[in-house]
Amino acid sequence: MSDTPSITRADVAHLASLARIDLPPESLDHYAEQLAVILGAVAQVAEVAADDIPPMSHPLPLVNVFRTDEVRPSLTSDEALSGAPSVESDRFRVPRILDEA
Amino acid sequence: MSDLIRLTAAETAAAVASGAASAVEVAQAHLDRISEVDERVHAFLHVDTEGALAAAAAVDSARAAGATLSPLAGVPLALKDVMTQKGIPTTCGSRILEGWRPPYDSTVTARLKAAGVVILGKTNMDEFAMGSSTEHSAYGPTHNPWDLDRIPGGSGGGSAAAVAAFEAPLAIGTDTGGSIRQPAAVTGTVGVKPTYGAVSRYGLVALASSLDQAGPCARTVLDAALLHATIAGHDPLDSTSFDGPVPDVVGAALRADVQGMRIGVVKELSGEGYQAGVQQRFDEAVALLTGMGAEVVEVSCPNFPYALAAYYLILPSECSSNLAKFDGMRFGLRVGEDDGDPSVEQVMGRTRAAGFGAEAIRRIMLGTYALSAGYYDAYYGQAQKVRTLIARDFAAAFEQVDVLISPTAPTTAFKLGEKLDDPLAMYLNDVATIPANLAGIPGMSLPAGLAPEDGLPVGLQIMAPAMADDRLYNVGAALEAALLSNWGRPILQEAPSL
Repeated sequence: MSDTPSITRADVAHLASLARIDLPPESLDHYAEQLAVILGAVAQVAEVAADDIPPMSHPLPLVNVFRTDEVRPSLTSDEALSGAPSVESDRFRVPRILDEA
Repeated sequence: MSDLIRLTAAETAAAVASGAASAVEVAQAHLDRISEVDERVHAFLHVDTEGALAAAAAVDSARAAGATLSPLAGVPLALKDVMTQKGIPTTCGSRILEGWRPPYDSTVTARLKAAGVVILGKTNMDEFAMGSSTEHSAYGPTHNPWDLDRIPGGSGGGSAAAVAAFEAPLAIGTDTGGSIRQPAAVTGTVGVKPTYGAVSRYGLVALASSLDQAGPCARTVLDAALLHATIAGHDPLDSTSFDGPVPDVVGAALRADVQGMRIGVVKELSGEGYQAGVQQRFDEAVALLTGMGAEVVEVSCPNFPYALAAYYLILPSECSSNLAKFDGMRFGLRVGEDDGDPSVEQVMGRTRAAGFGAEAIRRIMLGTYALSAGYYDAYYGQAQKVRTLIARDFAAAFEQVDVLISPTAPTTAFKLGEKLDDPLAMYLNDVATIPANLAGIPGMSLPAGLAPEDGLPVGLQIMAPAMADDRLYNVGAALEAALLSNWGRPILQEAPSL
């Protein structure tokens, strides 16, 4: 078994912020404990001697798949917006995107 | 005619085609069954009574007009809630998609509709297909029809339980690491993960794009083959869809002959961690295959012990990326917009914290960690190399044998709650099913009997080379016939009545 990574409360807070998940502070310790256990187990991949092995990202030997560029029917804007939490002037309405209030 | 719910899909289609039963009668019998038992089983998140009866009536009209019916016309089906169906709620078992009605059909849904299959409703699942017990559904767990205090497997526990509880003869599942096969194993049903790329992923809400594959759930191998043939085939809407002929899975299920076949028992998928009764039923099935003229040998796949670790790096990495789209901006839940004057990032953070359950959050954070600068090579990069070695193990094995077999899951169904807060223990349920997903090859689980110690179903897994899905059905149907002849009646008749 490789070194079990230590995952602190601060690490979890950082990961949660990268993943845009606003975790309640009281949950951080529990997640830290569980992530450390999981990472300790998956770190087992390091035991495999694989320096000269090519990585595999996908089961099919596909590189690029092209199709002809033709006009086809698609969703109307009403359909595309039908599941939106908020709509304005035929567009998705979102909260402010800049930091200044 | 309540016996309609006990028919196989093939028998149902024949009854509808001959006029012995109308498609509407068949649909109504299943809707009645759902009303009767689903409060206890909770296989369904949404039942579309009106849509099902309308689809059935359309089949009856087509027949009356003299149209040629497709092989599954009028057969009811339960659709896993990870597949979009136009206008029908699609939640993926998550709060974050509660109330979302997709504006389009997945390709699988469209093909089912075109074939006259009657979609009864959407089935429960672990949130975004992450789990082995269906307990990670935001809408409460599904219960195993064999014992309502036990898990039905996951992530497709709803689909498997619906089939096992005679709420539907067919269901659609999706399998990223075993989510069709493991639920089949623990509910005494048949489940198939086709070759990666064989069934379109268009409209399948992605968990891990390089692993996800939709497939059939059924009570017999032939029924699974009929459904497989209905949904498989190239789709220009999915750039990872395989552009080649669909193997003749129905013909293979009817052939059911293993005489002269070479069958490999995977050495690494047995022993420690495998329940005694699971191993016993597996060994008995091996003897049956030998008795039918197959040559059974042991085959070693030396890198399989690392498959689980590689999978739990690759899957969270892809999942953290795929689930980034659930940000409360274009569909689904939005939380905390009116609390102060939040920025879009704050609303995303609040929405995702409120919308995702604990397992989704764990895996998103794990993937974020594995992909972050400084850890990428050691975790995700190394896992991808191990994935190559797993694929090479399969390639070497398939030079010696035609198919590989193993137990599908190391144990029978465990109790609800038993592993809920122990992620690592939960992950071990997938130890035998994960290698096929990593390599992209097809796998089937079929019932091998009941474990003597607890009387619960045991699944046997068959794996074949990519695009040789027909071999699964040939071997599966042969074994199914031999087991049925020993048992005297289908295994689901041993289940307690609900």
